[in-house]
Amino acid sequence: MNKKHKSVSYAKWGYIFIAPFFIVYIVFSLIPLISTFTYSFFEYYERGLDVVGPNFVGFKNYADLFDPSSYINNGEISILTYAGNTMIMWIMGAIPQLLFSLMLAVIFTSARLRIKGQRFFKTVIYMPNLIMAAAFAMLFFALFNTVGPVNQIITSMGGETVRFFDMTVSARTLVAAINFIMWFGNTTILLMAGIMGIDQSLFEAAAIDGATSWQVFYKITIPLLMPIMVYVAITSLIGGLQMFDVPQILTNRGEPGNSCKTLIMFLNDYISGSKNYGVSGAISVLVFIITGVLSIFVFKTMGWSGKKSKKSKKGV
Amino acid sequence: MGTTHIGTGETKSAKTKTTTARVLSYIFLGFVTLISLFPLYLLLINSTRSHIEINAGFSMLPSMNLPLNFQKAAAGGGLWAGLLNSFIVATASSLLSCYFSAMTAYGIHVYDFKLKKFAFTFIMVIMMIPTQISAVGFVELVYKFGLDNTFLPLIVPSIAAPAVFFYMKQYVESSLPLEVIEAARVDGSNEFRTFNTIALPMMKPAIAVQLIFAFTSSWNNFFIPALILNKPENKTVPILISTLRTNVASGGASADWGMVYMTILIAIIPVVIVYIFVSKHIVQGVALGAVKG
Repeated sequence: MNKKHKSVSYAKWGYIFIAPFFIVYIVFSLIPLISTFTYSFFEYYERGLDVVGPNFVGFKNYADLFDPSSYINNGEISILTYAGNTMIMWIMGAIPQLLFSLMLAVIFTSARLRIKGQRFFKTVIYMPNLIMAAAFAMLFFALFNTVGPVNQIITSMGGETVRFFDMTVSARTLVAAINFIMWFGNTTILLMAGIMGIDQSLFEAAAIDGATSWQVFYKITIPLLMPIMVYVAITSLIGGLQMFDVPQILTNRGEPGNSCKTLIMFLNDYISGSKNYGVSGAISVLVFIITGVLSIFVFKTMGWSGKKSKKSKKGV
Repeated sequence: MGTTHIGTGETKSAKTKTTTARVLSYIFLGFVTLISLFPLYLLLINSTRSHIEINAGFSMLPSMNLPLNFQKAAAGGGLWAGLLNSFIVATASSLLSCYFSAMTAYGIHVYDFKLKKFAFTFIMVIMMIPTQISAVGFVELVYKFGLDNTFLPLIVPSIAAPAVFFYMKQYVESSLPLEVIEAARVDGSNEFRTFNTIALPMMKPAIAVQLIFAFTSSWNNFFIPALILNKPENKTVPILISTLRTNVASGGASADWGMVYMTILIAIIPVVIVYIFVSKHIVQGVALGAVKG
């Protein structure tokens, strides 16, 4: 009775307290999101000082994106090329990132190793995550350009100058390397939280049964950590799809020959240059769909992880 | 955990094995420390070396030309303006996002209302949508209302920060007992006063962590600011860095590298200094929030 009275008299305050968040979200995110989708079906761009459109054109922008002979493409389907570049650079960074982070998380949480100075190491490996990606990329350009310190070392040892930014493989590797350095500390912390969430009695039981640490890792840590690793991998993929700052600055807008151009750099070209809201809207919708599918995956695996851990606890 | 029975039963060979594993672990940790710090070490060293010294050859030791590089980087005043612009935007947006996220989390935690569950689910869903997706509509809106080259579109949207909200919500659930709010009501405090003078101080630890995250992400933000700020006097630091990159020919021979290293150093130093002082809370915050920045 008392409780019911309370909920009736204070309900309006709930709405008042959440109102600013929702109003701002609707004005600055939801309406722009809807208009992004809408413009993807319109011809709407700037030509000089004139604005063309918005004129409804149906799926023309989408058709142009996938037509090799359209004004957007040069004989190839650019959006697929750039999606490919994005995926390649993501994979090159993400695989070492997961391996390193897993090793670090196991080392930090091991009761047998009792690593000292953990706080120092965690502080150091997380730090690159907070550093401005644009500045990090510029630093790598300074270090790896033809007159930079890396080439000075190479030539002083008798080697020839390596033009890192004129070759696809080395330019992509450097983009991946920056992403790796910026994110492996963050992933380590997430995986550590995951390992510490595993029922400790499992490890104790394994120790009593005489399991080797390799067996413990393979038979307990990995299977129980799997849901979190899947979560980490997919959120990293969603982040990877948004890759922009690092390749934009490091490779000077995707050089050599657009081999380091990502999806969001492609999107950026169409918003910032001709303000082509139609084509950039269509690119956004495509990225949104990919991200949406992946997000559903994340939600599913998170639900799955909840069920799994309950089951394992009952089992013990 | 479990040290007693392991300690008694441990054989000599098991002990050696553990020692080997420990040594290998420290070597690995040394290696990742090197990866994380060495680029920054080179940055620091090279900001103290003049352009001529840098071109003369590689060095691991600092020189005396920090003031010279500083003068060159600061010449023209563009960098100062950029730092000030970045500081204004980052301060205002981090304060707004923390205050209103705390308010939203408090609203959903404390009150019972019909749309409470919907509001929470809604925020959790939009947390997954990258900001780049709505950039087209956002930029169009900004230009349509003549807000380009103003800081308003970079500051006001921070009021709706789903990730900050999520962290605050988790915090109030664990550390804001409803009895405290009931007691304040009995004492005649109105709802806003209760939030501002009682709840907000109790949320200080969470707010401190999120202030730093929000400030950092705004300070480092490049994509949206670059689309709406194009007058030289309005540029923020990441945009200046990108201009610097465009100005340097792809080979890099034409740049004054002392000045370039110095500019990079100035761009990242505020965040690094703050981080060194509060790293413990930040690292804990990452583990608790489990939210990507």
